[in-house]
Amino acid sequence: MKKIIFITLSVIVALVVFVAATQSTAGLKVGDTAKDFKLKNIDGKMISLSDFKDAKGFIINFTCNSCPFAVLYQDRVVEMQSKYGKSYPVINIMPNDVSIKPEDDFQHMQERAKEVGYQYYLLDAKQEVVRQFGAERTPHVYVLDRNLKVRYIGAIDDSPQNEEDVKINYVTSAIKAIENGKEPEPSFTKAIGCSIKFKK
Amino acid sequence: MKYTTAILLLYMVLLCACNTEKMKMAEETTTTPEAKNIEVATIQEMFYLPTAIGNVPVYNSFEGIEPLFQQKNDTLYIINFWATWCAPCVEELPYFEKINEAYREQKVKVILVSLDFKRQLETKLQPFLEKMPLRSQVVVLTDNKYNNWINKVDANWGGAIPVTVIYKGEQRQFFSDQFSDFEELENVIKKLI
Repeated sequence: MKKIIFITLSVIVALVVFVAATQSTAGLKVGDTAKDFKLKNIDGKMISLSDFKDAKGFIINFTCNSCPFAVLYQDRVVEMQSKYGKSYPVINIMPNDVSIKPEDDFQHMQERAKEVGYQYYLLDAKQEVVRQFGAERTPHVYVLDRNLKVRYIGAIDDSPQNEEDVKINYVTSAIKAIENGKEPEPSFTKAIGCSIKFKK
Repeated sequence: MKYTTAILLLYMVLLCACNTEKMKMAEETTTTPEAKNIEVATIQEMFYLPTAIGNVPVYNSFEGIEPLFQQKNDTLYIINFWATWCAPCVEELPYFEKINEAYREQKVKVILVSLDFKRQLETKLQPFLEKMPLRSQVVVLTDNKYNNWINKVDANWGGAIPVTVIYKGEQRQFFSDQFSDFEELENVIKKLI
């Protein structure tokens, strides 16, 4: 009898620990479906994912002006935009609280977009979208399929400091997997960069 | 509560068992007295050897600094990852410097691992160190394949800095946030020393 009680209690404790652990990391996981949003682009127009009727998916890139890692990836992001943007629009979203990082404010975003060539660079002023996704660093990428199902989360590639040293581009390999009806491998990496600055 | 403790203990025992097994394997492979293996080891050692910027060693590969996290003596190690471009990191550097100064008679070792980018060592790190000389030991790690090594420091390392590992023997704590002040850092050290 004692044994049964012990086992039952162990299972309950394990479940509680498990639930607590999964709840503490809010946000989307691979396999979840993202919610559409409406945010202001650098040209002043409001953008939603539903605007892209022919998209086969999306590359959602939480990024900013101020983080050195985000800067290292600017040209690579624009490269992805011209290579995949037609079928997989590259949607850059700036999630930082601009009172902490003034160099990330809307005017600076406009300047940077013009300078590097971002087509979409949306301001998440209320930080609602970043919380929904659960992004924590810049750059932090989510690859979605046409049904907004999350297929990959993490870094853009495996070599932030040096593009020539890239062995795996995680984003393009995820897109190839989606195109071939396969699961991206890996579907998750750690996004290396700066912590997103949330309102205090 | 008792049961939670029991389960946690079980987990820890299992984890330890796995670790010691890995270590045994590592020992076996390195002590094999075959000429071929020795050659490989030498090449690897050469690869892990640091270059330098001023008198600060620069490691290309995490393996070069991995032993810093595995010391089995009675010294308290405080290993902080920072970079000149990381404002909160620079803000908390004085706390580590103060610990280094205040505890220099004791078995406490502060190591500041700079993650400055390889191509910015001369333009950013070197001028920074000239302007703000650090008395704690500084090493530079330029290993760009972050996803291959940050989990070896701690599985809970998300991918941003500052982070700090504080350990002594088997006791180990990982901090993924900036310390809010010197006292917060010193309290951790007082408990572990």
